[in-house]
Amino acid sequence: MTLEPLKSEIETNVPGCRLEIVPNPSPSAQHSLLIDPDHALEIALFLRDAPHLRFDFCSNVTGIDWPAPKTAGKVKEMDEGFEHDAEEESEAQASGHLEAVYHLYSMEKKHGPVILRMRTKDRSHAVHLPSLTPVWRSADFQEREIFDLFGIVFDGHPDLRRILMWPEFTDHPMRKDYVEPDDYEYEPTAHDDVLRKTTRHHSGNA
Amino acid sequence: MDEALKNELSKQGIFATSLQELYNWGRRSSLWPLNFGLACCAIEMIATTMARYDLARFGAEVFRPSPRQADLMIVAGTITKKMAPQVVRLYNQMPEPKYVISMGACAISGGPFKQGYNVLKGIDRYIPVDIYIPGCPPRPEALLDAFMALQKKIDAQQLTGDNRPRHLNAAEPSEFPVPKFGAHDLEPSQNPEIWHPPLVNISLAETDDSGTA
Repeated sequence: MTLEPLKSEIETNVPGCRLEIVPNPSPSAQHSLLIDPDHALEIALFLRDAPHLRFDFCSNVTGIDWPAPKTAGKVKEMDEGFEHDAEEESEAQASGHLEAVYHLYSMEKKHGPVILRMRTKDRSHAVHLPSLTPVWRSADFQEREIFDLFGIVFDGHPDLRRILMWPEFTDHPMRKDYVEPDDYEYEPTAHDDVLRKTTRHHSGNA
Repeated sequence: MDEALKNELSKQGIFATSLQELYNWGRRSSLWPLNFGLACCAIEMIATTMARYDLARFGAEVFRPSPRQADLMIVAGTITKKMAPQVVRLYNQMPEPKYVISMGACAISGGPFKQGYNVLKGIDRYIPVDIYIPGCPPRPEALLDAFMALQKKIDAQQLTGDNRPRHLNAAEPSEFPVPKFGAHDLEPSQNPEIWHPPLVNISLAETDDSGTA
């Protein structure tokens, strides 16, 4: 399904929304639609209820962690004309962001998928996104899983609790900067990541 | 009693035994497992109880749905850290004498999930294990072999003396502390009373031999 006509259609039907097509350069070419969280609920309802679209099935919801790029300092070395823009962009990304991805299909019209993305403002405090569970009930557990493992808070979710980890747990294990507890015991044939873990564990004790 | 004399007597129609033999025979011939499974190993455990492999031959066909009536806990599958306190609590609720079979790679060591954030690195961190069965999952034959090994182990137990089993020794604990849910991990992450990391010689990169435990 081509996204350009869909994008302009949403823009005419949901006034004020900001959409962006995120291209996928791989051979699958599953481009996705970056929607702004303020209008997400209206966009979702439009996609579900418009009689020629009828995206009635949300098959998958997942999260992505985009940490701040480590090479943010390098852009200052660019020449004068581009310096301003580049700096602004790196500042916007400096704190990184979290992303929720929705895969939509239409059982009735037999088309899809349409992939929606939503981004949080940063990774620490502004991690709120609107929940799409009121639109697609199938998103319930998967949004809870994202809340559990990535730490995105879905406003409007009917039952937002941790689903895999226990309620007392405070971390978000699927984030790239997750530090697991030092529960290393022994490994007979340690290599790669496990060898690094071994070295870290023993150097910490020494 | 001399084994040869006992054989001779039994040929003459005289059955001689000892209390220890009767007691062990009774225990090993009616091992009632606790009816619970944690992951895919449970499917093999269920297959073992069915007609083809027929666990009933070993007196263990009665899977009890209550820990109060069970003698044997078959830890069949991955123990997540969220599930571990419940497994320990079930073990504590079983009456003595009680036995544990740790079935499959996950129950032994965490298996393929060992380095994960939510998988316990083996149930022997919290409760004493009698028999370990490797495999992913172990075949029903392997579980039968574990049963036979456990029966042999029970048969060899002395009722008195220093080598008597745990349930006849008042100094040995029957219940073990249930781990608490912590902010980052289970607390404690293991029970140092019953489990220590094995002594292994790990040669680390860059000629660092600090990994030698």
